Amino acid sequence: MVERDAGRAIEAVFRIERARLIAGLARLTRDIDRAEELAQEALLIALAEWPARGVPDNPGAWLMAAAKRRAIDGLRRDAMRARKHDAIARDLDEADSPIERIEAAMDDDIGDELLGLIFTACHPILSAEARAALTLRVVGGLTVEEIARAFLSNEATIAQRIVRAKKTIGSAGIAFEVPRGRALAARRAAVLEVLYLIFNEGYAATAGDDLTRPALCAEAQRLGRILAGLMPSEPEVFGLLALMEIQASRLAARAGPDGGFIPLTEQNRARWDQLLIRRGLDALQRAEALGGAQGPYALQAALAACHARARTAEETDWARIAGLYDRLAEVMPSPVVALNRAVAHSMAYGPEEGLRLIDEIAGMNVLDSYAPLPAARGDFLFRAGRMDEAKAAFEAAARLSRNGSERAFLLSRAEACGG
Amino acid sequence: MRVMVFVKATADSEKGIMPEREMFEAMGKFNEELAAAGLMLAGDGLKPSSQGKRVAFDGPNRTVIDGPFAETRELVAGYWIWEVKDMDEAVAWVKRCPNPMPGPSEIEIRPFYEMADFAGVFTDEEIAQKVQRREELGM
Repeated sequence: MVERDAGRAIEAVFRIERARLIAGLARLTRDIDRAEELAQEALLIALAEWPARGVPDNPGAWLMAAAKRRAIDGLRRDAMRARKHDAIARDLDEADSPIERIEAAMDDDIGDELLGLIFTACHPILSAEARAALTLRVVGGLTVEEIARAFLSNEATIAQRIVRAKKTIGSAGIAFEVPRGRALAARRAAVLEVLYLIFNEGYAATAGDDLTRPALCAEAQRLGRILAGLMPSEPEVFGLLALMEIQASRLAARAGPDGGFIPLTEQNRARWDQLLIRRGLDALQRAEALGGAQGPYALQAALAACHARARTAEETDWARIAGLYDRLAEVMPSPVVALNRAVAHSMAYGPEEGLRLIDEIAGMNVLDSYAPLPAARGDFLFRAGRMDEAKAAFEAAARLSRNGSERAFLLSRAEACGG
Repeated sequence: MRVMVFVKATADSEKGIMPEREMFEAMGKFNEELAAAGLMLAGDGLKPSSQGKRVAFDGPNRTVIDGPFAETRELVAGYWIWEVKDMDEAVAWVKRCPNPMPGPSEIEIRPFYEMADFAGVFTDEEIAQKVQRREELGM
C-alpha cells in the first residue's frame, strides 16, 4: 500500500516534468519517439530509486540527467549506427556534466525548449487534427485513449495519426525551435489554431452524448496559459486565452444535468464562473494593452466579454457587439461572421437593419443550404411584423435543418406566425 | 479539477509578522512556476484574524464577533486556487512549495465541488423546458 502510494506520488511528479523533459530530449535527439522513450525510462529509474532516497530537490534536472545517461548508454551499445548518432553522443557527453551544471543549463532555456516543442507539434506541415493529437500527447501528456475519447475516435486511428505526424516531422528535419522573424507570425497562428480547435472540441462537442467535454477545455486553457507565460508580449496569445477563459466560464451554465443545451440568453448567469471571467477580462486587457485589440481572437474575446459583463440578457450592450462584429467582419471575413453581424445589428438597431444586412449575404449565395440564415431572416421578419414572410422563412429553415430538435423549434416558430 | 490550497496560520502569521525577504523571494519563484505550469487561477495572502470578523448564526439571530480568534491552527493565512488533473498532482505541487512560515506549518488542499456533483439539483421540468428552446439561431 505504502509502495503503491509512493509510486503514485512519483508519477505525479513525473507528470509535472514530462513536457519539459520531452522538450529537452527532443531537441537533443531530434526524435519525439526517442524523447518519449527516454522520458519513460527516466520515470522507471525514478520509481526504482526515489522510494528509498526520497524525491530529489530538483526532480526535473534529476530526470533529465537520468534520461541523458540512458541516451548515451543506448548509443554506446549501438556504436555501429549512423554518423549523426555519433554526433549526438558527442553532444550528450558534453552535456553529461555534474547535475549542477545541467541544472544551470536547464534553467536557462527550459521555456525556450518547451515552446520549441509546442511549435514543432503544431507545425503547419501537419493537418490541424494531427497537430491537435500530437500536442495533446506530447505537451499535454494525455494518453492515446484519452485523446481518442476526446475526439470521439478510436485508439488505433489516433495512434496512427500521432505516429504519422512524428514521422512527418522527422523526415522534414524540423528543428524543434521557435521560428524567428517573418516565419513566426504564420507559425504562431498555427499554434493558436490548434489550441482553439482543442478548446472547441471540448466546448461545442458537436457529436456524441456529452454536450461538452470540460476536461478538454481545461487542457486547452492550461496550454493557453503556459503559452501566455512563454510569449508574454504576443497580443493574440492573450486574445485567444481571454476568449477561452470567458467561454469556459459558461460551461456549467450551458448544459442541464441531463446534458441538454441551454442557450446563452436563457442561461442562469449566477452559474457563470466569475473567476474565469475575471481572468478572461484581464487577459483581454493585456491583449489590448499590447496593441492587439483588432486581432481576430481579441475581437472574439471582446464579444464574449460583452455577454460576460451583462448581468442579465436584457442588459447586453448590443450596439457595442454590433460595432465589434463590424470590425471582426473586416479582419476575419466569413459568411457566418456576416450572419452574426446581421443578428447583432438587428438586436441593436431593429429588425429592418438586420434584414438589410442579411439580404446582402443572401445575394452572395454562399449560405444557401445553411439553416441559420433563413432562421435569422424569419426572426427579423417576425419582429418586423411581416408574418407571412416570416412563416415561409422559418419553414425554409426547417427544411434545411439536419437536427431534429432544431427542426421542431423552427416549425414551432413558423406555427407562431399564424396564418 | 479545481482545488483550493490553504496556507494555515501560525502564531507568527497571527501576530502579523512579515516573512523574511528570502522567504518572499522563494515564494515568488514558486508562484512563477505555478503560473508557468498554467495551473494557477488565483492566490493571495490574508491579514491576521485580529482584522477579521465572524458572524455567528443561530436560528434567526446574527451575532458579530470581532477577531482575533483563538484556534490558530484552524485559521487561514493565505490561499491559492489551482486547476490540476487530480489530487496527486496538487500534492506534488504543494510539496514543492517552500515552507511558508518560519516554523512548522501546514498547507491543506480541498477540492471544489464540480458540475457533476450538482446533477439533480434542478428539476427535470426546468431542464426539459430549457432543452426545448434550443439555441437562438445565429446567436
